[in-house]
Amino acid sequence: MYKPLVKVHLWSGLRSLVGQEVVEVRATNVAQMLNALEKEHPALSDAIDAGVSVSIDGKIYAYGLTEAVDETKEIYLLQRIKGG
Amino acid sequence: MAFDEKTEGFNVVGTRPDRPDGIDKVTGRASYGADASKAGMLHGAILRSPHAHAVIKSINLDKALALKGVKGVVTRADFAEGLTGENWNVLENVMAGEKALYDGHAVAAVAATSQLIARDALKLIEVDYEPIPHVTDVDKAMQPDAPVIREGQASKAVPAGMHPNVVDYHESGHGDVEAGFAEADLVMERTFTTEATHQGYIEPHACLATLGGDGRGELWCCTQGHWNVQKICAALVGIEQSALRVTASEIGGGFGGKTAVFIEPVALALSRKTNRPVKIAMPRADVFKATGPTASTSMDVKIGLKKDGTMTAAWGEFRSQGGAFPGSPFSFTAMCAFAPYALENVKQIGYDVMTNRPKQAAYRAPGSPMAAFAVESLLDEMCNQMGLDPLEVRLKNASKQGTKASFGPTWDRIGLVECLEAAKEHSHYAAPVPEGAGRGISCGFWFNHGGETSVTLAMSEDGTAQLMLGTPDIGGSRASMAMMAAEELGIPYEHVRATVADTATLGYNEVSHGSRVTYASGLATIEAARDTVKKLCARAAAKWGIDEDAVVWRDGCAVPSGPNAGDFDPLPIGQICRKMGATGGPIVGHYEATPEGAGVSFAVHIVDATVDRETGATSVDRYTVIQDAGKAIHPDYVEGQYQGGAAQGIGWALNEEYIYGEDGRLQNAGFLDYRIPVASDLPMIDTVIVEVPNPGHPYGVRGVGETSICPPLAAIANAVSNAAGVRMKDLPMRPSRILDALDG
Amino acid sequence: MIQVSTTINGDEHQFVCDPRETLLDVLRDRLGLTGAKEGCGTGDCGACTVEIGGRPVCSCLMLGAEAEGKEITTVEGIADGEDLHPLQVNFIKHAALQCGICTPGILVATKALLEENPNPTETEVRYWLAGNLCRCTGYDKIIRAVMETAAEMRENA
Repeated sequence: MYKPLVKVHLWSGLRSLVGQEVVEVRATNVAQMLNALEKEHPALSDAIDAGVSVSIDGKIYAYGLTEAVDETKEIYLLQRIKGG
Repeated sequence: MAFDEKTEGFNVVGTRPDRPDGIDKVTGRASYGADASKAGMLHGAILRSPHAHAVIKSINLDKALALKGVKGVVTRADFAEGLTGENWNVLENVMAGEKALYDGHAVAAVAATSQLIARDALKLIEVDYEPIPHVTDVDKAMQPDAPVIREGQASKAVPAGMHPNVVDYHESGHGDVEAGFAEADLVMERTFTTEATHQGYIEPHACLATLGGDGRGELWCCTQGHWNVQKICAALVGIEQSALRVTASEIGGGFGGKTAVFIEPVALALSRKTNRPVKIAMPRADVFKATGPTASTSMDVKIGLKKDGTMTAAWGEFRSQGGAFPGSPFSFTAMCAFAPYALENVKQIGYDVMTNRPKQAAYRAPGSPMAAFAVESLLDEMCNQMGLDPLEVRLKNASKQGTKASFGPTWDRIGLVECLEAAKEHSHYAAPVPEGAGRGISCGFWFNHGGETSVTLAMSEDGTAQLMLGTPDIGGSRASMAMMAAEELGIPYEHVRATVADTATLGYNEVSHGSRVTYASGLATIEAARDTVKKLCARAAAKWGIDEDAVVWRDGCAVPSGPNAGDFDPLPIGQICRKMGATGGPIVGHYEATPEGAGVSFAVHIVDATVDRETGATSVDRYTVIQDAGKAIHPDYVEGQYQGGAAQGIGWALNEEYIYGEDGRLQNAGFLDYRIPVASDLPMIDTVIVEVPNPGHPYGVRGVGETSICPPLAAIANAVSNAAGVRMKDLPMRPSRILDALDG
Repeated sequence: MIQVSTTINGDEHQFVCDPRETLLDVLRDRLGLTGAKEGCGTGDCGACTVEIGGRPVCSCLMLGAEAEGKEITTVEGIADGEDLHPLQVNFIKHAALQCGICTPGILVATKALLEENPNPTETEVRYWLAGNLCRCTGYDKIIRAVMETAAEMRENA
């Protein structure tokens, strides 16, 4: 199955772990994207396991593993958003 | 589920009906955490460390157990072993292991036939402590010679060479801040500090637990989220999650502090040990010493500004201590700091630091108010120096749809500009600053949250509805949920009974936090009601012998539409429900999901304050809150959130603080010395509800509970600084600090 | 143990208590009147306020034994059967409570205020209630509900 090449922006605390600001992986949804990130960049595992939110075109998803992603979308990893 | 663009034509939404729990709460019959009891119930009490940091060499329980009326004692050995991650952290906080990590850390607990005997028994427990060096200040805890709280806690993100107390690191931003500063006409850098404050809910934590040797239990407690309590308690006492049924009592305030567990696993362990129900109600001093205050911070902020008011760059370093465990909201502090501004060059750094203080808990927009204090204070000082209007500068640089957030993403529809415009037009801002007073303004930002949500709506035979929710009602949410259900069903608000269900009767619900309830439970309520309406329409269609799609729902009735329009009289909800048993069975709608469209929100506060130059006391003379609610379901309770957040922020700014002695012990563990605002401290708090619909909710709702506490720290600091003529950079601005500042 | 006879909300009560037990403990644990709340146990928050002889008193600062022969009104005694006191009506109508834990104490204290001073200024209300902490509302809607009630009661007097 074709998977689009997704551009994932890392928060800069993660950038030093992989040496890049933007990482490209093939995925059609957030779950695949996170799996691919962990597989291709094991240094990101701890941060992803600790919990991340994902911003897709400006909308922040705290869980959203089934949300669709593709090459046209602006995607940022963020530390997991919670609240009081 | 997307925004319906339904912003008008509501029948119920936007009105101000009486809350359904009103009579219970004004007559004293509402049942809170400490109000339940059971036959044969014992009372629990918890022994706490008097040391900031000490090795626990031994605990002798013999004398306590010999006291008449004592039925059991528990220590760490009575809890699950082999826990990892956050479960281990929570257990370590609930009951100390090898070391006491802060003044107030639990070390043992007793169950006895009365509260007095239980407290007497605590005095008979002999603990052999070996005190060791401690640290309670965030900056000192990062120094090379600081005592180590616990080795090996740092995440991989922490730069090499830092002290082991630095356990996490955040860095984000974009552009080139140095180049940005070079373009500025004025670059200013300042250091700010804030002290830890407590959520200060008036109801202390309380619970009533029953746990048998078969691992089945019941727990009644005041909490913001009983499924979370179920999950954590099951792990900590080593039972299955579903074996523990947790019922949320009425809750006497939480503000984030009741998202965590403290006494519940202890009561369960005592109940298992004694085979009796055990109630624990925390004394107020324990609430201060051992439940979560918020983080204290130390922050460096630098901004570049052009003469025309354009911000060219911003940089900040935010150091945050969250007690003897990882988990301070340092990354939110960093991410929220510059969120109100569209900046080409921005960078924020955050450090999470451990100290010998209680484990911090969430407090209303965790981390954000401190950041706003630093950034908005510096901006105010720079506007003053350059002769610029602080509101115009904020408008000129305001984040809006399409601009890039300081932490990365491009903003969707947001309402900061609308809030600033409303502030500009408000009579408060238009009025001249009163003689002798100072005026302060500030913006504030919070993300808001969605989270796992499950709602069930069951119809009764008379056409009324029972709405089952899983998010404890902290500030009137049963009213707003019932309103949304009534709106969709087309029935009167009074015909919907909203109840917070226990963990055994509804699917999982995340905690009432993150300003998520009106958004997420509201969305789930609307969807559950729409599911119900679909089933109601199907019954009408079957009765009429027409296609289900040819029936619409209007004003509480099924109505034939399309080719069948006018063929049959509208069928009211009561008539459909009366026959439901014979037409296919009970009619129940439900919705389970993790809604992800929580819209972020912004607020702008305006304050006039005066300072007494002889006593250093501050008087808050006029206060206005302007905030984007997306859509206000019950405006009274939206205003209430705005006013309550402002009042808590005023306390944080002026009086509230955790004061630690040289011995590392908390010196003000009571409401007399930890002074929250009282009625005579405050003016009326004016509110403006701005409504810029959230695209992620059918009616456009954004969360409102948290953003209201983000601007007050800075707004008050700006007003006080402008009134006093000196810049206040450390909170709280207690009278002694103001006098010191005035003395130069 | 001490034997005590007292009148609460117009009803006679007898109870025995430990000499160290507070009136609040007795009300809540021995008599099942849980309307008065323990917010601090040190007289700082006012959630346990009851009325004794026309004066608001923190029941956590009074011993159970001291209730002997007293006439005590708690939040449970404010309404007249199904008829709520105007303060109770207006607290609901004006959304003067969020979590509601401080409400019993504030209602008892305010009822005593209006009996002593039917026409208080906003400042007088604020100072009278300075011993009753509320963490949810910022007091705004509480003050409005009290002022509205005072005006209503004057009109109907």
